[in-house]
Amino acid sequence: MSASASENSEIILETKDLNVFYGDKQAIHSVNMQVKKGTVAALIGPSGCGKSTFLRSLNRMNDFVSTARVDGKVFYQGKNLYSKKVDPVELRSQIGMVFQKPNPFPKSIYKNITWGPKINGFTGDMDLLVEKSLKRAALWGEVKDRLHDSAFDLSGGQQQRLCIARTIAMNPDVILMDEPCSALDPRSTQAIEDLITELKRRYTIIIVTHNMQQAGRISDETYFFHEGNLIESGDTKQIFTKPSVQMTEDYITGRFG
Amino acid sequence: MKNIKNLFIEKSIHLFLLISVSITILTTLAVIVLLGKESIAFFSEVSIISFLFGTNWSPLIEPQSFGVLPLVCGTMWIVFGSVIFAVPVGLLVAVYLSEYASDKVKSFLKPILELLAGIPTVVYGYFALTFITPLMKWFNPEIEVFNAASGAIVVGIMILPMIASLCDDAFSAVPSSIKQGGYALGANTFEVIKDILIPATKSRIGAATVLAVSRAIGETMAVTLAAGATARLTGDPFGSIQTMTAYIVQVTMGDAPAGGVEYLSSFAVGTLLFLMTLVMNIIGNQWVFKSRIRVV
Repeated sequence: MSASASENSEIILETKDLNVFYGDKQAIHSVNMQVKKGTVAALIGPSGCGKSTFLRSLNRMNDFVSTARVDGKVFYQGKNLYSKKVDPVELRSQIGMVFQKPNPFPKSIYKNITWGPKINGFTGDMDLLVEKSLKRAALWGEVKDRLHDSAFDLSGGQQQRLCIARTIAMNPDVILMDEPCSALDPRSTQAIEDLITELKRRYTIIIVTHNMQQAGRISDETYFFHEGNLIESGDTKQIFTKPSVQMTEDYITGRFG
Repeated sequence: MKNIKNLFIEKSIHLFLLISVSITILTTLAVIVLLGKESIAFFSEVSIISFLFGTNWSPLIEPQSFGVLPLVCGTMWIVFGSVIFAVPVGLLVAVYLSEYASDKVKSFLKPILELLAGIPTVVYGYFALTFITPLMKWFNPEIEVFNAASGAIVVGIMILPMIASLCDDAFSAVPSSIKQGGYALGANTFEVIKDILIPATKSRIGAATVLAVSRAIGETMAVTLAAGATARLTGDPFGSIQTMTAYIVQVTMGDAPAGGVEYLSSFAVGTLLFLMTLVMNIIGNQWVFKSRIRVV
């Protein structure tokens, strides 16, 4: 467990009996989870186990899937995200998301960062914000001389760091990452992993990964999903060395998945 | 044996395709040769300068005058009027279809749009004459029975489905991951449309506009019926005008004896029309091409 987490073990995000359905099919079965502030939580499990679906229910991105239905509660700072009083648009400015494939906007590097803050009413110094966000995303040195070039001119790994930078620019409390390295080469993956370790001092990160070594390297807590059920969760070291459920052990040791 | 049979089939398919292609090429060439030949005959009697820059078009009444600008003016009224109406409305329809409409509504609306695109243009002409113009006269009885505004509105309605469908295609070509990236930053639907969708597709929207312009330039029956046959260089959209296409109809309907200079004049007008739509289509296609290279 990281230093900041042990100093401050406040729960920032909590799910209670969360069920997600796609039409008649149930994708997530009654998941309970508590994420502590300033930690990295890794969601692992075989393809199709529901970890991405679960992640997307934490910032209500499943709202865009017309057949999706969520049942149960997600508490963020004590409020249920699925209560009628919560505006999902505002919520998403506080819980950021980085996607599986880099998805920069067809705009300049600079505007990719400033767009989110601008539409959400940020009135401070944009240049400063761009510099700070790019520095935190470890991209500043590579792009500082071409901020007004198209974001499409960047390499895949740079694009993904740009997407992280634009998420950071919103100053969110929580960043959700959906297999952010799956489309990247090993060196870019290394850069993003270093970045995540660096970022968790400021942000709480929940990351979906199919790469168990990655989960082991960067996370404080690990959640193992299988067929929509949360099978086991706990301290990452413990899950990887002494899992208490046989299925977790089988998955981690590569016997299935 | 089987090989010879396959070879024969292969060769005949090739030949058949070649014939099909040559039909289209030969037709285009024939049109160009015909227009060119008759236009040259026309310009041996009327100077190009007085044709292109003359402001009086009076080919059938003495003294004859062949200044094409009044016809170009009539065509421009139709083009600008219809495009100013159809592009914004078409864009809104496309935005609604791609971002707001449920699948159910979409499956109902799309066929209606396609139906609208399939109505014969002469029917649109009747529609303008018997519905749009009376509606306009209800607001202002001074308006002439044949008028440019009515023609422009009906051509606008005609090209609306094309614009809506091209813009809808453009919007669907934007990867949904980019839109989701916008929503994940706390944007609402309007902000995603305004700042991501439309900027990402602006060259394709431009291309749709250019193609719409070239359709409006070439539109014939509806404007002949709705806008009249009075060649006028005018600033009044509520009076009768004559478009380039409507003039060609008038001549070929037998108002001018074949072989005379007034008959030849319709070919000169046709050549000008052909060049105008050609230029618009080239611009439009280049826009589409450029936007394809740009990924979204």
